[in-house]
Amino acid sequence: MHQEYTIIEGDFVNAGKASSSVKKTLKQLDVNPSVVKRVVVALYEAEVNAIAHAYGGKVLVDIDEDKIHMVVADKGPGIPDIAQAMQEGYSTARPEVRDMGFGAGMGLPNMQKNVDKLDVKSTVGVGTTVEMEVNFS
Amino acid sequence: MFHHALEINEPRCIGCARCMKVCPTEAIRIRGGKAFIQGNRCIDCGKCHEACPVDAIFIKQDDFQSIFDYPHSVALLPAVFLSQFPSDMSVTRIYAALKDLGFKHVFEVESSASVFAEAKGRYAEHHADDEPLISSFCPAIVRLIQIKYPSLVNNIMPIKAPLDLSAMYALKALGDRGIPREEVGIFYVTPCAAKIAAVKSPVGEKRSIIDGVINMDSLYNRVYKKIKEQGKSYSFQPSKSPNLSADAILSTLTNGERRLCMAKRSYAIDGLQNVMDFLDKLENDEVEGVEFLELRACDQSCAGALLSCDNRFLIGERMYNRARKAAERERNGEVPRDREIDKYREYLLANANVDKVQPRSMMTLDKDRKVAFQKMERINRLKEFLPKVDCGLCGAPTCDAFATDMVINRVGLTRCVFYQRHLQQKNEITRQECLAAMNAVWGTDRMNDPKD
Ligand SMILES: Nc1ncnc2c1ncn2[C@@H]1O[C@H](COP(=O)(O)OP(=O)(O)OP(=O)(O)O)[C@@H](O)[C@H]1O
Ligand SMILES: [Mg+2]
Repeated sequence: MHQEYTIIEGDFVNAGKASSSVKKTLKQLDVNPSVVKRVVVALYEAEVNAIAHAYGGKVLVDIDEDKIHMVVADKGPGIPDIAQAMQEGYSTARPEVRDMGFGAGMGLPNMQKNVDKLDVKSTVGVGTTVEMEVNFS
Repeated sequence: MFHHALEINEPRCIGCARCMKVCPTEAIRIRGGKAFIQGNRCIDCGKCHEACPVDAIFIKQDDFQSIFDYPHSVALLPAVFLSQFPSDMSVTRIYAALKDLGFKHVFEVESSASVFAEAKGRYAEHHADDEPLISSFCPAIVRLIQIKYPSLVNNIMPIKAPLDLSAMYALKALGDRGIPREEVGIFYVTPCAAKIAAVKSPVGEKRSIIDGVINMDSLYNRVYKKIKEQGKSYSFQPSKSPNLSADAILSTLTNGERRLCMAKRSYAIDGLQNVMDFLDKLENDEVEGVEFLELRACDQSCAGALLSCDNRFLIGERMYNRARKAAERERNGEVPRDREIDKYREYLLANANVDKVQPRSMMTLDKDRKVAFQKMERINRLKEFLPKVDCGLCGAPTCDAFATDMVINRVGLTRCVFYQRHLQQKNEITRQECLAAMNAVWGTDRMNDPKD
């Protein structure tokens, strides 16, 4: 089952659209609530990053009977040092983003914690692709 | 099966589908020209009752005469009951009328408000992991969470609502006066449908200790009539002290619990749509650091309850005024009578807990994920045929709900008028087939010419 969502740069109001819709689907499939929560948290963080740090992008979701596969791909500045970005507390968030309550440098670590597979690929000046997978049981 | 207080009076129902459109859990369908409530989705919020133009949705109550089955019948009154009456109507007169109607004793539900608050406080001390803790006060909210937000059931504090605590208090207090349990009949005067459902099939308890339920609007009429009959000749010993403390009176209004809780961050949210908007966010972990939530299904909380006899803001105002007077008397050193409950405080606190609330998800398509997955794929395929105008002519509230009904309840796609047109164009459906599909939803007499 395939779902696609578009992310628009700076559109914090609609952050969470993709994760909310995915949540509804997983509830219907009777996926364990704690697993649903992990999926939603991770996808939400990835959505926000594409809104806050890049110039928008796409969310591609594929669900099958026993796992969910999510790709959040953006056009943006890219991440020069992924290992550094993965560290808790590391953030380059601009002041206006921090004013909105983001920028604790916890997004990527949170994704790492909540998914079974995480793969971040990035090219400076081109964009970033975050690929995540969560098994249902 | 779960008990529901809301029922459709079929002969009266005109099949206008207004109820179907307002139901927050999409529990209503139209079949054969009549509304039908799906029990597993209904939370007894009463939105349908409000929307019905012909009063075809009624709230089942117990027969008033059953109060005479008990030598000691108790009216368990919610604080909003007294505020239904104009402010120049004295509490003494209302109490006198209640006694005249046959009640031996009157207790107010909110007399246990302080016990309820303390029970929640004690629970909160040991359950920081389940924050934000959600009050168990409003039964429609408890049911909403069970069916629509199953991942949040553990956030609900498994504590008896003031209604049950006060019923226990009444039984205990009367017992101490030498009245045996069998002789006591506790009749709860309910301001809403959800509380009836909660009494008839309580969440987290085997059975309720309440013996009967009387709708607040019907009792209001009886009391009013009685007062008129009595004229100036009524006899009743007015009590010298106020019945309820200001805090207790305010507890049923929005912010009534929140203002007394110790949480650093908490919200009081009223109105089902507002509550659902917030729970959606909460479920996604988008709100952090909130310790306590007071959630009420009705706009203006119980002042806006379904069985209220006046405008919610006028009732709220009367409650505030009553609370202000009570506060003034408390300041002057008078002790409100609800402090009598202090004698039983430890007993009530020891018995205030119920079992953890269990999820009852209506969202799940099938227990077997493989089957659920197949059903969802079929639903998604069917959705592509639907116009997404949510016209309701298929007898379901939205195109999405209809797609689900097709797969779960095997209703046919030809019920969609858009799809009918689509088939007509290709000459793949007869006029009779179209009519049959319409009749299945709207009944057989809706397509007739109007009588002159
Ligand atoms: N999609 C992206 N495009 C460009 N840079 C990114 C992207 N995602 C993350 N980064 C970089 O990695 C850093 C760390 O990201 P992370 O999500 O962990 O924290 P944050 O977004 O700064 O703060 P928080 O997520 O806690 O609100 C960001 O500050 C940013 O420099
Ligand atoms: Mg981030």
